[in-house]
Amino acid sequence: MINIILLGFLAVVAIAVAMMRDLFAIVMLFGIYSLLTAGIFVSLDAVDVAFTEAAVGAGISTILILSTLALTSREEKQPTHSFLLPLLVVLVTGATLVYGTLDMPAFSDPEAPVHQHVAPHYLNQAEQETGVPNIVTAVLASYRSYDTMGEVTVIFTAGIAVLLLLSAFRHHEDEASNLNDLSHHPVLRYIARLMIPFILLFALYVQFHGDYGPGGGFQAGVIFAAGFILYGLVVGIDKTRQMFSESKLHWLMASGLLLYIGVGIVSLLLGGEFLNYNVFAADPLKGQHWGIFLVELGVGITVTATMISVFLAFSEVRRSE
Amino acid sequence: MWDILVSYCSDALLITGSFLSLTFAIGLLRFPDFYTRMHAAGVSDTLCAGLIVLGLVLQAGISLVTLKLLFILLFLWFTSPTASFALARAAHRAGYRVSEQEEVASSNS
Repeated sequence: MINIILLGFLAVVAIAVAMMRDLFAIVMLFGIYSLLTAGIFVSLDAVDVAFTEAAVGAGISTILILSTLALTSREEKQPTHSFLLPLLVVLVTGATLVYGTLDMPAFSDPEAPVHQHVAPHYLNQAEQETGVPNIVTAVLASYRSYDTMGEVTVIFTAGIAVLLLLSAFRHHEDEASNLNDLSHHPVLRYIARLMIPFILLFALYVQFHGDYGPGGGFQAGVIFAAGFILYGLVVGIDKTRQMFSESKLHWLMASGLLLYIGVGIVSLLLGGEFLNYNVFAADPLKGQHWGIFLVELGVGITVTATMISVFLAFSEVRRSE
Repeated sequence: MWDILVSYCSDALLITGSFLSLTFAIGLLRFPDFYTRMHAAGVSDTLCAGLIVLGLVLQAGISLVTLKLLFILLFLWFTSPTASFALARAAHRAGYRVSEQEEVASSNS
C-alpha cells in the first residue's frame, strides 16, 4: 500500500519535472524525488541505500545543482525541434524495457538467480567471516571492496573533471564570493554555528558506527561536507577557503583513495590477496575489522574533500553575463 | 492500563499531527500570497513534526530510539523556524510584498 503511494508520487514528480520549464522548481522536485526514493528504500528494508539516497540525492546534489544553476539562467530554453521523434524514441525504449521485465523473476521470488548465487553465503556467513553485524557494510567494504574502490575512483575522477572544467572560469577576487554569503544574517549565522558541531559529530558517528548500523564512508563524507558547506554559506566562502586551501583539499582527495589502495597493497605485501584483510592481524576477524575501518575512512576522506572542493570551485566561478 | 493509556496518547498525537499537517497543506495551496503561505508551511513544520515525533516517542517506549527521536525533535525545533525565518527574510529583501487582495480586504474592514 505505502509502496504504491510512494511510487505514485514518484511518477507524479517525474511527470512534473518533464513538463516544467522553471529549472529552480525542477531542482527542488528532484530533491523531493530523491526523498521519495529514500522512503521506498526504507519500506524495502534497505536502510543503508535509503540513507545514501537521502544524503546524496536529496542533500548534497541539490546544493551542487543549485550552485550550477546560479551560473546559468533560471528558465529552460524552448526546444527548437519538434517533440515527436524524442517521444517515439522514449516510447520504443520504454516498451522494450517493459518487455524485458517480463522475463525477470517475480519480485521477491526466493528462487530468483540473484538470491541463489553468492547472496546466501553473504547473508549467512558475513558475521562469522568479517565480524561486522551490518551485512551491507560487510559486503561493501570487505566482500566487494574492489567495486567500492572503483566507486571511490569514480568520485575522485569526477571531482577532478569538474575542477578542471571550472578552472578556466575561476576568479580569486574577493568581491565575487562576498555576494553570495549570508554573513549579514545574524539569526542564521547563530543557529548554523550552533548546529555545525553536531552535524560534524553526527558525520563521525555515521562514519565509525557503519559497522553496526546503517552508515559508512559515503554517507559520512557527504554529511561532513554538508557541515562545511553550511559553514561556507553562512560564515563566508573566504573563511572556508582559509580553512581548506586548494592544495590541501586536493591532497585530501587523493589521500583517501591512496589509503584505500594502500590497504590493498599492504595486504598483498603481507601475503594475502589484494584487499584481503584477514592477514592484517593474527586473528582474521581483527584483521577484517582494521581493513574495513581503514577502507571506510579512505572513502569518507575522498568524498568529503571532493564535495567541498567542488562546492568551493563553483562558488568562485563568476556568472558569465 | 498504563500501556493502553500510552498507546491512546500516542494515537491522539499522531492523528492530530497528521490532521494539522493536512490543514496546513490546504493552507499552503489556498493562501493568497507568499507570506501567508510561508506562515502555513513554517507552523506546520514545527508543530506537526513535533506532534508526530512525540507520538512516535510514546510508541517506541524508553529505549535508544526514544533518545534519537528526541534529538530529531530538538533538531527540527532549531532548524525549521530558522529556515522559515530565512525564507521570509530573503523574500522581503527580494521585494515581495503582501498581496493586493490582502490590502483590499484590510481597507474594506
